[in-house]
Amino acid sequence: MNQVEQTQNYQEVDPSSDSLKHIREMIQSCIQCGTCTGSCPNEFAMDHTPRQLWRMVLMGQKDAIFHSRTFSLCSSCYSCTLRCPRGLPLTDAMHQLKLIAVREKLSEYKIANLFYKSFLDSVNDHGRVRELGMMTHFFLTLTDPMVVLKFASLGLKLMSKGKLSPHFGSKGDLPLGALFKKVEEMEKNI
Amino acid sequence: MKFLYFPGCSLDGTALEYNQSTRVLMKELGVELYEIPDWTCCGASAAEATSTLLSFVLPARTLALAERMDASDEILVPCSACYLNLTKTAKEAAKDPELLEKINRVLEIEGLRFHNRLKIRHLLDVLAVSIGADTIQSLVTRPLSNIRVAPYYGCQCIRPYAVFDDPEDPHSMEPLIKATGAQVHTWGMGGTCCGASHINLKPEISIELVTSILREAKPADVTVTVCPMCQINLEANQQKISKRQHEDLNVSILYLPQLLGLAMKIPRSDLRLDLNLSVTKKFRLKLEMLDKGRVPKIHAS
Repeated sequence: MNQVEQTQNYQEVDPSSDSLKHIREMIQSCIQCGTCTGSCPNEFAMDHTPRQLWRMVLMGQKDAIFHSRTFSLCSSCYSCTLRCPRGLPLTDAMHQLKLIAVREKLSEYKIANLFYKSFLDSVNDHGRVRELGMMTHFFLTLTDPMVVLKFASLGLKLMSKGKLSPHFGSKGDLPLGALFKKVEEMEKNI
Repeated sequence: MKFLYFPGCSLDGTALEYNQSTRVLMKELGVELYEIPDWTCCGASAAEATSTLLSFVLPARTLALAERMDASDEILVPCSACYLNLTKTAKEAAKDPELLEKINRVLEIEGLRFHNRLKIRHLLDVLAVSIGADTIQSLVTRPLSNIRVAPYYGCQCIRPYAVFDDPEDPHSMEPLIKATGAQVHTWGMGGTCCGASHINLKPEISIELVTSILREAKPADVTVTVCPMCQINLEANQQKISKRQHEDLNVSILYLPQLLGLAMKIPRSDLRLDLNLSVTKKFRLKLEMLDKGRVPKIHAS
C-alpha cells in the first residue's frame, strides 16, 4: 500500500509541467545513485549535476530545469546511458529536454535553436549540409558579433584548405521539403 | 569484399581527407565501395534536438535508398555520428513496428520504403573485424618503426551500442596499429569525449575536454581518429590551447586510414595529408626518415 502511495506521489506534479510527462516516464525508476553524474565529462561546467536534473524532472520542476544549463551541456557521449544501473535512456532523455527548449522557443536556448534551424534549413534545401552556407546563414541570424569572431579563425583555416568551398546554384541539390512537411504534419497530430 | 558506402556530409566538406583516404585504402585492400546514390544528411545532432520523428526519418531515407542496391547487404560508414544515427534508427525500428510504420508513412512521399534489412558497419569495425590486422600487416611495405600511436575512439562508434568493441575499454585499433609496425601509446583517453558539437556553440567546454586529451596524447608521435567531429575538435584549436596553457600542446592528428595507408606506402598526396590541420614538423621529419629507409629515434616522453 505504502509503495502505491509513493508512486502516486511521484505523479502529483504541477499540471503546467505536462510537457515533461514522457521524460518522467523514461526515467521513472531512477534511484538517484549518481552514476550519471560520475560518468559525465561535462559535469564540471553544469550548475546542477545530472543526478539532480533527473530528480528535478521527477518532481516536475520545469522552470528550474530550463533555467539550468545542465541539459544543454550534454554532448551525447552516452557514458551515463551505458552505465546507468537501471538501464535508463538518459542521453535520449537529455535530447527530449533539448527538444522542449527548441519547441517552446526558450530565450536561454535561442542561439542553439538558431543553429539547429540553420543546419536543418540547409538539409531541407539541399538534402545535405553545406557547411559554408549553413554557417553564413547562422551568423546572419545572430546579432552577437562575438559569436561570429569565435568562429572566424577556424573558418579561415578551413577555407584555406578548400574545405569550405561555396556551392553555387542548385546543382546536386536533393531538396527534402516534402519530407520535412510530412514529418511536421504527423508530429502535430500526436 | 563489397560494401555500400555512406560518406555523409562531413566527408564531403571538412573531412575530405577522411573520405579520400578511406576510398584509396579500401581500393588497396581490394574492397569495393558502392556509394549510395542521392544519400542525404543523417540529421547529425540537430534533428534529435528538433524532432524525434525527423531524427529517424532522415537516416531511414538513406537506408531505404541503399536497400535498392544489389552490391551488398552491408553499409560501410566512416563517420561515427552518421553510424550512430543509422544504427539507432535500425535498432529502434526493429523493436518498434509502430515507429517503422510511421517512418514509412513519411518516406511514401518520395516513393521509398524502409525494410530494415541492411547491416550497418563502422569503418573501424570493418577494418578490425572483417579485414583484420593480418591482412593489413601483409600489405605493409614501409613499417612505421619507432612511431608511437595513440588510438582515439571517441564516443559514438563504441557507445551506446557495443557492436565491435568494449564501450568502456576499447582496444580494436591496437592490432591495426601494431600491424603497421608502430607502437601503441597506452593511455586512458581513447574512449573519452571531445565535446562533439559543443565546438559550435559552447567552445569553452570542448576546449576544456580537448586540453586534457592533447596533454595525454603528447608522449605519442601521432593520434589517430575514426570520426570527423573528433578529428576537427582535436586538431583545430591546438595553437589557441597551447597559448592559453603556456605549454606546447601541438600534436599530430591523423585519420586511421591515413596511418594505415602510410605504412602501405600509399602516396601522401592520395591520403590527402595536406588537408589535415595538425601534422607537426617532428612527425613529418620522422616520416621522411622512414621514406629514406632509416629508423627514427624513439620519441622521448
